[in-house]
Amino acid sequence: MKSKSIAVVGAAETTRMGVVPELSNLGLNLDAALNAMADAGLIPKDIDGVATAGEHPWSVAASLGITPKWVDGTNVGGCSYMLHVRHAAAAIAAGYCTTVLITHGESGRSQVAPARYAENPASLFGQFEAPYGLGVPVTQVTLPAMRYLKETGTTEEDLALLAVIQREWALKNPRAQTKVPITVDEVLGSPMICYPFRRLLCCLVTDGGGALILTSAERAKDFPTKPVYIMGTGEGVEHPIVSMMHDFTTSRAFRLSGEAAFGSAGITHTDVDHLMLYDPFAHVPFYALEDLGFCKRGEAKYFYRERRAAIGGALPVNTNGGGLSYQHSGMYGMFALQESVRQMRGAAAAQIEGAKISVCHGIGSMFSAAGTIIFTNEA
Amino acid sequence: MRSARPLPTPETQNFWDGCRAGELRLQRCRACHQVYFPPRPFCPHCTSRDLDAFTASGRATLYSYIINHRPRPDMGTEPHSIAVVTLEEGPRMMTNIIGCPQTPEALQLDMELQVVFEVQNETITLPFFKPLSHEAEV
Ligand SMILES: [Zn+2]
Repeated sequence: MKSKSIAVVGAAETTRMGVVPELSNLGLNLDAALNAMADAGLIPKDIDGVATAGEHPWSVAASLGITPKWVDGTNVGGCSYMLHVRHAAAAIAAGYCTTVLITHGESGRSQVAPARYAENPASLFGQFEAPYGLGVPVTQVTLPAMRYLKETGTTEEDLALLAVIQREWALKNPRAQTKVPITVDEVLGSPMICYPFRRLLCCLVTDGGGALILTSAERAKDFPTKPVYIMGTGEGVEHPIVSMMHDFTTSRAFRLSGEAAFGSAGITHTDVDHLMLYDPFAHVPFYALEDLGFCKRGEAKYFYRERRAAIGGALPVNTNGGGLSYQHSGMYGMFALQESVRQMRGAAAAQIEGAKISVCHGIGSMFSAAGTIIFTNEA
Repeated sequence: MRSARPLPTPETQNFWDGCRAGELRLQRCRACHQVYFPPRPFCPHCTSRDLDAFTASGRATLYSYIINHRPRPDMGTEPHSIAVVTLEEGPRMMTNIIGCPQTPEALQLDMELQVVFEVQNETITLPFFKPLSHEAEV
């Protein structure tokens, strides 16, 4: 796929977010899809490709009256939507379809007809991890952190500072779930969930969704929205269970994904104006900053200590407030993509003036996967 | 009693048989000599199917951990460690560190550990790790 040959022409989140007990998991996907179609000025018969994770593509397609020529049900956790964007761009370039709808919806908080993943006691997880009390993500994706902190000299205060800076961004976003400022002391005084992770170092659990519509850059000119071009993409996977992660201080999936994205975009890190780094827990953006090459190994802590990620900083990160302070339904990657698109459209609540290139990076499952999309608003 | 119990497969049965016999069994590739875990009938380093099982020393060091203050219902009510250890032979595995306070002060990264086995039921015995005590050894 040629850089900037595919564009996002529709983007929207669900009508309501946070606590949405009136919609099921699937219903949130459909609500977001309808909003994205309205944004792009399209109706279901205009869509000929569907991608989603959690729900099946056939559920979304059948529910909306779409007859897809191409589907992608890739589910590699919260970054699945980054992979969908990458795969959809390739499919459109290959001529398999012209207009792809990518949806996310998750009843993370209200648990209305959630997509359940049955635990299999014969799987690698079932045999070699679950017996030791592992379950919800906070008992898994957090496990590498202590090793990272020790080897890099990063502290619990550094993790807390990230949470504080992201809350500052969230307060500029009316749709953010959190509404009050926090301090480092408050973060470090919040209830312990899984040492060293306290509640305010963990993502929110909310209901919501989002959807994107992609088409060729050529067709994008005819849409009512300002096109946001796909400049570069990457994806990567590593291990099936976190105990098999090769090095607990760096993610191979992140590195592979980042290298592919920057390589295909043909840009360097100094070209980037805006950054989204999926933050299910506060340590993950530290890995991302280093593994994507924005910081040298062990130096992401300075990025936060110097407030480079904050309001007025040199490279704003997680300007919606992130999974920690904006919304986190479960597979948050779609919300990171939505914020990158808003920034590139010039329509974000905390808009970065003059931003031309946005990098959006997601983690999947327990550092098992990664997806990276580089957007630009310049054709 | 913890309710999440492994269901062995033909590829892992020898490992679980070893645990019942008080042996921590690892696999070594006869072609490339690499040791690996979890068990599988194909070498992850070179794809060879020519493999050998052997009993590990049971010595390990603490690689990383968390202390879960919201235990799964079957894991009791007290905070407990969930840890990844590096075996003396190289591979890593998930476990709980037992036989010491479940606190950051007692759980120091890189501390030396020794495997201990605890029977769960008639088919499953789980390997756990405790701080290595040099005096206790005979
Ligand atoms: Zn081999």
